Amino acid sequence: MSDSDTSIQETETKPVVENQQELPKFEKDHSDKITAKFGSKSEIAFVKPDRIRVNVKKEDILDVASFLRDELNYDHAESVTGVDFPADKEIEVVYHLGSYTDPQLSRQVLSLATRAPREDNPNPGNDSTKLPSLRDIFYSVEFHERECFEMLGVFFEGHPDNRRLLLPEDWADLPPLRKDFAIKGR
Amino acid sequence: MTARLPPGLQLEKVDDRIMTLNVGPQHPGSGHMRLIIKVDGDYIVSCDPDPGYVHRGEEKMAEYRNYITNIPHLERPVIHDSCNILYPYCLGVEELLGLEVPERAKYVRVIASELNRFTYTLYWLGIYGIFLGHSTMFMWPMGDREFAIDLLEKLTGARVTHSYFVPGGVRNDAPANFEDVCLRQINYLEKRLKTYADIFYDNPILIARTEKTGVLSREDAIRLGTTGTVLRASGVDYDVRTKEPYDVYDELDVHTNVLKNGDSYDRSKTPWLDMLESCNIIRQALEKMPKSGSVRVKLKPNPKGGNDEVYKRVESGRGSLGVYIVSRSKPEPYRVKLSVGSFRNLICMPYLLKGEKLGNMPAVYWSLNYWPVEADR
Repeated sequence: MSDSDTSIQETETKPVVENQQELPKFEKDHSDKITAKFGSKSEIAFVKPDRIRVNVKKEDILDVASFLRDELNYDHAESVTGVDFPADKEIEVVYHLGSYTDPQLSRQVLSLATRAPREDNPNPGNDSTKLPSLRDIFYSVEFHERECFEMLGVFFEGHPDNRRLLLPEDWADLPPLRKDFAIKGR
Repeated sequence: MTARLPPGLQLEKVDDRIMTLNVGPQHPGSGHMRLIIKVDGDYIVSCDPDPGYVHRGEEKMAEYRNYITNIPHLERPVIHDSCNILYPYCLGVEELLGLEVPERAKYVRVIASELNRFTYTLYWLGIYGIFLGHSTMFMWPMGDREFAIDLLEKLTGARVTHSYFVPGGVRNDAPANFEDVCLRQINYLEKRLKTYADIFYDNPILIARTEKTGVLSREDAIRLGTTGTVLRASGVDYDVRTKEPYDVYDELDVHTNVLKNGDSYDRSKTPWLDMLESCNIIRQALEKMPKSGSVRVKLKPNPKGGNDEVYKRVESGRGSLGVYIVSRSKPEPYRVKLSVGSFRNLICMPYLLKGEKLGNMPAVYWSLNYWPVEADR
């Protein structure tokens, strides 16, 4: 009885594992286009149903973003997220890109991620934590990048308006979404 | 003296013609945000939105609490639409933890989130009406809103802050007679909503006031990355419920309302058409819903996600609402980002208000379907 049970389980679990390894076709073709164009400059971090993630170096992000807009029809950014990684001494910025104009892409959200160096004693705007702004390529990132600047201290070079957005004007502490800014009592 | 003040607190004098006007943050005409408007006579020459008056750091708080205890505070940015703001978070956590939601819970979620679309949109419509000087349009939606709130109270136990969605389903099942009461009240609500056209949307005074003000073209709506009713009023057919159906929206027949002109009138009409569509969705969901069954899967205490990340989005009352969760094998999320419709539509304000008359400011501002508390998070 127990032998037959295990054999059934094995046959049941096997095709599931194969399905997981088989990447979704549309997304795979799509990510292959990026790899064909940029080769080792772009790293495809994952390909899931409706979601692709591309990691690039900050020197290449303008080229990759222009390619995504002009050749692959992504036309707007849904959000810009900064994630702090103190152990790597880096801050990651993730752009979630979508498309309204291309009906094939209406389900897709492409994450374009890059990393900026992180300093332990930040001086937002005047230290090495800088990235090129994508505002000239995706106009919609304007307010998102302003939020990212004040919350994580990532200065976007080429952004026309690097002012505070949500925080008080006289905020003089660390950028609050960095991991070393602790909430009292927690 | 002004040189010592930090930027943003200074009031610069440009010349004798142009006057700086602060609208908000406590003035009810702007909600809880400040608009720094420069006017030349009656015309707005520039508008600088300054949100952040009600910034509460929801994203920072979420990094200190585990996946379950995040629920009550993550709905606070929009308490009128609390089911919709928790929806993408729950979908994301379910994908991270590998949970399968029971079929009945999926339908209950759809009904709850569509009812929340009523409570939010009717509240917004009341404010929009009173700011255009139409006080009947303030009273009627506020009164009719009670029907949706009563239904939600019956379903969840609370009038506004429901905390109803949990990863793996909903908190409790619908009461025994809920389906009959819901159907009856939705039918009545639909009849009431249709009378709004006579008094408000077909009213020549309202049309004269809002038509051709703050026109956003289709190209600009796409370029600025707007979302929700603002986008659909400009002629872009995009609704997450039909384009990327979540839960059981692919089994329901959802019609997307698209208007073409992109002016304040169309932007204020799209949410009303969406509410009428919600009536259809709720009726279909009540019909197809399994009559019994579990509504929640049991979770282990302090569940941990893997080394993964997930981006989920739903269509809320204000547009696409995305949640990006980064997990690093801990009971707490490493990073939670709320990508909210109000914040994405904020970029329209300087763009649309420039060149408008100051008197048209409330008509344009409120037609953006903007909720300051959600934008600030």
